[in-house]
Amino acid sequence: MILTLLILILLIGGAAAWAAERKSPLWSRGIALGAVTLDLLLVVGQWAALRHAPEFLKPGAWLVETRAEWIPQFGVSFHLGMDGLSLLLLALTFFLGALSVACSWSEIQKRVGFFHFNLLWVLAGIAGVFTALDLFLFYFFWEMMLIPMYLLIVIWGHERRVYSAIKFFLFTQASGLLMLIAILTLQFLHFKQTGARSFDYSDLLNVAMTPRAAMLLMLVPEASLRFAPVAMALGVVGILYGAILAFAQTDLKRLVAYTSVSHLGFVVLGIYSWNAWAMQGAVMQMICHGLSTGALFVLVGLLYERIHTRDLRRMGGLWSAAPRIGAMAMFFAMASLGLPGLGNFIAEFLVLLGAYHVSVWMTALAGIGLVGATIYSLSLMQRAFHGPAEEAWSFADLSAREWAVLGAMAAALVWLGLYPQPVLHAAAPIVESLEKIGSALPGFFMR
Amino acid sequence: MSSADWIAISPLIAVAAAAVVVMMLAAFWRRHAIVAAASMIGLAVALFCVLPARSAAPRMVTGLLAIDEFGLFYVGLLLKGSLAVAAVSYGYLRARGRDAEEYYALLLTATLGCVTLAVSAHFVSFFLGLEILSVSLYALIAYTRERARSIEAGIKYLVLAAGSAAFLLFGMALLYAEYGAMGFAPLAKALKASGGANVYMLAGMALILVGAGFKLAAAPFHLWTPDVYEGAPAPATAFVAGVSKVAMAALLLRFLTQLGATDSRPILIALSALAVASMFAGNLLALLQRNVKRILAYSSIAHIGYLLVAFIAAGPMGAEAATFYLAAYMITTLIAFGVVAALSPRDRDADAMEDYQGLFWRRPWMGGAFVAALLSLAGIPLTAGFIGKYFVVASGIGSALWALVLILALNSAIGLFYYLRSVVAVYARPGEEAKAADRAPGFSLAGGVALAVLGFSLILLGVYPAPLLRLIQTAIASL
Repeated sequence: MILTLLILILLIGGAAAWAAERKSPLWSRGIALGAVTLDLLLVVGQWAALRHAPEFLKPGAWLVETRAEWIPQFGVSFHLGMDGLSLLLLALTFFLGALSVACSWSEIQKRVGFFHFNLLWVLAGIAGVFTALDLFLFYFFWEMMLIPMYLLIVIWGHERRVYSAIKFFLFTQASGLLMLIAILTLQFLHFKQTGARSFDYSDLLNVAMTPRAAMLLMLVPEASLRFAPVAMALGVVGILYGAILAFAQTDLKRLVAYTSVSHLGFVVLGIYSWNAWAMQGAVMQMICHGLSTGALFVLVGLLYERIHTRDLRRMGGLWSAAPRIGAMAMFFAMASLGLPGLGNFIAEFLVLLGAYHVSVWMTALAGIGLVGATIYSLSLMQRAFHGPAEEAWSFADLSAREWAVLGAMAAALVWLGLYPQPVLHAAAPIVESLEKIGSALPGFFMR
Repeated sequence: MSSADWIAISPLIAVAAAAVVVMMLAAFWRRHAIVAAASMIGLAVALFCVLPARSAAPRMVTGLLAIDEFGLFYVGLLLKGSLAVAAVSYGYLRARGRDAEEYYALLLTATLGCVTLAVSAHFVSFFLGLEILSVSLYALIAYTRERARSIEAGIKYLVLAAGSAAFLLFGMALLYAEYGAMGFAPLAKALKASGGANVYMLAGMALILVGAGFKLAAAPFHLWTPDVYEGAPAPATAFVAGVSKVAMAALLLRFLTQLGATDSRPILIALSALAVASMFAGNLLALLQRNVKRILAYSSIAHIGYLLVAFIAAGPMGAEAATFYLAAYMITTLIAFGVVAALSPRDRDADAMEDYQGLFWRRPWMGGAFVAALLSLAGIPLTAGFIGKYFVVASGIGSALWALVLILALNSAIGLFYYLRSVVAVYARPGEEAKAADRAPGFSLAGGVALAVLGFSLILLGVYPAPLLRLIQTAIASL
């Protein structure tokens, strides 16, 4: 029930925020912030309440589950479930969601109500994706969040927004359609084997398949495992390629975007190394990347709001104009390069540790990525904040609200860096069950 | 004919009677509002008659009309569509001023043709229904006769529809010459007895498919579509695109299913070729358009291609998918053209992209409805189009039509591009020109209610399609 509630709060809150715009934009913002914060509190409350429950550590168990008939003719049910991993990701989503409402407080000035409507509906779609246990429902949420996301880009985006919005939508939708075909094929095979129509994750997991079909569909762990060497290689390529491209950018926002590619390479490498360390690292990386990259994007946004450019060639010497922004940027750049004491370090360290057991070569190459991260992070700081000022900058430093937003993200990164145990604890059962699958199918790895 | 027969065909009688009444009214009491109200009431009565007709079903009336769950489902659907078209037409015609009354008589006769097609199980009623529909459409398309485009569209449709009817007749004649039967059921029996396909059968079926392909605007028989859609007055376009195609598709579905034609390899190949050609032609050509009515025309060609995939998929699942797809497609098309009609100024139709610039900010509800229609055409969740597309893909996979399904996915991605381009326009900042013309001259209360109901159904079917699916399952089971 609580899972349905989480999604409903966002959907209704979004509609209410839109309607409240007539009264005042402040109402829209307040309602949106309230709805997301309420969701965050609910998730954290669940976490606190379930932390010591026995099923919290049992692999393959759902902490909370809801199920209702939806389209019985297709075998589709409204089936939501939450385990430790989805709990973590939901908490991250709502945390970042609340912060994005807060940091758009002064940046978004037109069509405020509709903005928050879209933002909250995106969050609702994401929450649905993280909790759906029915693959049709998963696809439904997956596609549903594209429209508001697309509108956010089209209406409130910066230059070339139409181009990027359409590109974003086309890529996601086209790949989504391939996913739909795979889901349907799986459902069809299940129907042929059992005579019952179902999209339920647990049912479809047990579909017997020829290895070739499994490879094509790749929705099940065993097939993923066969794909692991390729995926690991892709992860390493992503790490290095992202780092090189990040270094070459002149647009601050594109730079941060490519660091994100590089960081997510670690996630891919971690998942497909398929052992407890690496997968725990991947989970950590997902969360820390969300925080550190998110914070860097917030910084880009608030710089743009002040100096109306993202061109690194025009920047330089910003530190003296806004030392607080500079210090914050320094902090998150350090997080991004994996400074010990911050969450990203734990994540990347665990990934590399786990990957080392699988392939020394890949680990060595991925390790070079850390050097790359250091180079691009420091060069970002150098080009934007140090050096001679290109123009006589003078603008307001961080406001109290911006302090609060960035401070909360920084605090979370420090917490994860010094005491990652709660996250590792929550992710442990999933990692354990995946590792069990891996050990049942030995011999795929180039040890 | 027994009384049960009369009850069974009461929806058809009601539509025919309404047409006569409206014609009389138009002759003696020329008041637009009254004529429009009378035709809407007539359609509503016909719709109500579907309920008693259902209790009399299934029944063959005179060997020509098969009143069964399948036929009545489509009759209901078509009548609802017509009702929406009539409601939308009112505001559109009022904005144009004079001589609106005969329009409704033509609309009703066209509807009569449509419902006849939906229940016909015989070549005679097939052809009769088609001709009633086509002849009414010639006049409807050319109704705004002060515009050269409209007349051009009417003539084009006349020539091509008459030509396609000739193909159709020749095909029927070939089948009759070989098998000596004109009813679908006797024909199916004769086909089975003769044991498989021969040259007559294949030639006859090919010609019938050509004729039907013209009506459905499947590529390569689609050449008339963009011109007719562009030239016809927007509500008439809504009828051609939304209602008449559904009627034709319903007939084809019954015909192909009863004859077991989907077991025949050559026919499957022909249908597949039509499907692939329609998908690519529709989507690729739509990319080149800037005129909203032409974009919708090419998109409808592509949608016929998607629909044919469900036709090819064997078994009840394919027929169910096709039926759901048609319902979703009809609702979506009617909304899209309904908005076009409501926005059209007196002297032209609102078919330029600029007319939609910033529509969402000027008229949020209408803009929202238009976006919902576009997203439904693109098959995005929360809309009926998504469930329809899902169902078609599922039926294709169920019959292992891998190539067709992959082509469908590819085409959906291409299609997205032009739908999104239109969505962008709706959300763009309103241009100066659009601001000056910030009115919806063709808007009426009736049209607004129709659009609201259609929009609500669009979302409802996208979120909770189970009840309609149940209805469709009983309908298909009766086939």
